[in-house]
Amino acid sequence: MTATNLPFAKAAGTAPRPTASRSAKLRTRRLRTRLAADTALLVVAVCFALPLLWLLLSSFNGHATMRTQLPHPFTLGNFAAILNAGTTFTPMLNSLVLCGGATAVTVVAAALAAYPLSRYRSRLNRPFMLTILFSTSLPITAIMVPVYGLFVQVNLIDTMWGTMLFLATTQLPIAIWLMKNFMDGVPITLEEAAWTDGASSMQALRKVVLPLMGPGVMVVTIFTFIACWGNFFVPFMLLISPDQLPASVSLYTFFGSYGTVAYGQLAAFSMLYTTPVIVLYVLISRKLGGGFALGGALKG
Amino acid sequence: MTAVTTATAPAASARLRRTTLRGLPVVPSVVLLLLFLAGPIAYCIYIAFTDMQLTGASGTHFVGLANFRHAFADPGFRNAVVLTLVFTFLSSIVGQNTLGLGLATVMRRASRPVRTLTGSVVIAAWVVPEIVAGFLLYTFFRQEGSLDAILGWLRLPRENWLYTLPILAVSLANVWRGTAFSMLVYSAALGEIPQDVTEQAEVDGASGWQRMWHVTLPMIRRSIGTNLMLNTLQTLSVFGLLWVMTRGGPGNRSQTLPLFMYEKAFQDSLIGYGTAVALLLLVVGAFFSVIYLRLMRAEV
Repeated sequence: MTATNLPFAKAAGTAPRPTASRSAKLRTRRLRTRLAADTALLVVAVCFALPLLWLLLSSFNGHATMRTQLPHPFTLGNFAAILNAGTTFTPMLNSLVLCGGATAVTVVAAALAAYPLSRYRSRLNRPFMLTILFSTSLPITAIMVPVYGLFVQVNLIDTMWGTMLFLATTQLPIAIWLMKNFMDGVPITLEEAAWTDGASSMQALRKVVLPLMGPGVMVVTIFTFIACWGNFFVPFMLLISPDQLPASVSLYTFFGSYGTVAYGQLAAFSMLYTTPVIVLYVLISRKLGGGFALGGALKG
Repeated sequence: MTAVTTATAPAASARLRRTTLRGLPVVPSVVLLLLFLAGPIAYCIYIAFTDMQLTGASGTHFVGLANFRHAFADPGFRNAVVLTLVFTFLSSIVGQNTLGLGLATVMRRASRPVRTLTGSVVIAAWVVPEIVAGFLLYTFFRQEGSLDAILGWLRLPRENWLYTLPILAVSLANVWRGTAFSMLVYSAALGEIPQDVTEQAEVDGASGWQRMWHVTLPMIRRSIGTNLMLNTLQTLSVFGLLWVMTRGGPGNRSQTLPLFMYEKAFQDSLIGYGTAVALLLLVVGAFFSVIYLRLMRAEV
């Protein structure tokens, strides 16, 4: 079939209604398609689930190996062994401080920046937004070597707040982009009322706009936090002291550097480290309607 | 209007003041982006033309293009370029993109529970932090791991994947980790196609492939473009996943550009050389970003 004789594309709307027997045939064909589709999806699901299943099963397994197998013996010992300050609590707390701080900086800066971009017309808006969009897709990995050099020069290396500000900046472009798009969805009339009542633009932002775009702010916040929580390379490069390392790096240094790995404990730690982001993701996907909207939100 | 023309100078200065005042909220973001993003990029360009070393024994000298000449003559660099191309092509363009589109398409025909289950599993693989994903897939592909057990159970030839074909193993790992994004983008795109268009094509007797090729793909071509760009950019800068799974080994058979850059800068202490490689990576990334920008231009 060539592009020139496309009956279904040209005759759209003018084709006769399908007859009863044809629609019955169509229905059985759909049923067969559904069965094939279900089978294909289940095969893919099993492939994707296997590594995750290893994580779940091994964390409760007293003799965990690299294979996916039922816990034998079933135990909570792996969790008990790692629930101490050095292994779990300090890195988790560091992660929380690092990512919480970075998220706070990103969200506040992004909300402030999004306001004039969304509300006032200026010749600078378009170039600014294009630059932002450009920076959302720059490979941050590539600038980590110079960032390391720069941090050594200005004595920010191995400082929590320096790493936090850098982490915040890496997330800032996408946060500004998302925040501006959410803010564009809030009608301007309510603010105009606030302005006539004598509110400053910052008051209008805080009291009118942000509360109205609550779900949007929440999505940006959680999205930023998830990205920071999972980030390995930035803290791996910029933090050195073992007592400052977040969970992503301590997971690697603790389990990656020993000859014989305690797989059960590795799995248990990974479970504790992964659970918060799964929970947060479920939260935003609810907000966005089943999670399938996030892809749409990300591409604008 | 006459007031404006007669009092041009005060009006212009008032307008300038108003613009400045209105632009004030953007300042924190701009400062962060200049300090932590533009600064390092400028510094990257500077160091790439010097012989800076981590040990700092002999000071830093301007060496012109020596680092780049060195790179193009370095078999290690060429190896890294080839592996990066293979890794990007296999995992991003063939793997994530095609599998993502396939999943999104098949999901529209599948029954609801299967669709939800598969979607959740694939997204879970995406949400899991990079380092955890690295460990999970390391255990999956290792000689004593789950894949080996499955192959043995199916009586298929067994192989030490991380040794014989490390680049294939890490590419599959990246497919595992990144397919959800494409799936979400394509689900959103397919959802926007008016249903009567595809239904009419079906009634007119177009086969599944014909509908895909002549109706669906042309209608989502913009999403395909953005998705390919974003996938490629993300894949170009993967570090943690590879670092945990193979550290670029065995030898340098899975050493993509980010890992090569890291090794040169920190293990061989050649910051200047490592940064030159980083700059090349950044330029390639910027090139893809510009293409992405052109695709997105209508939405800014």
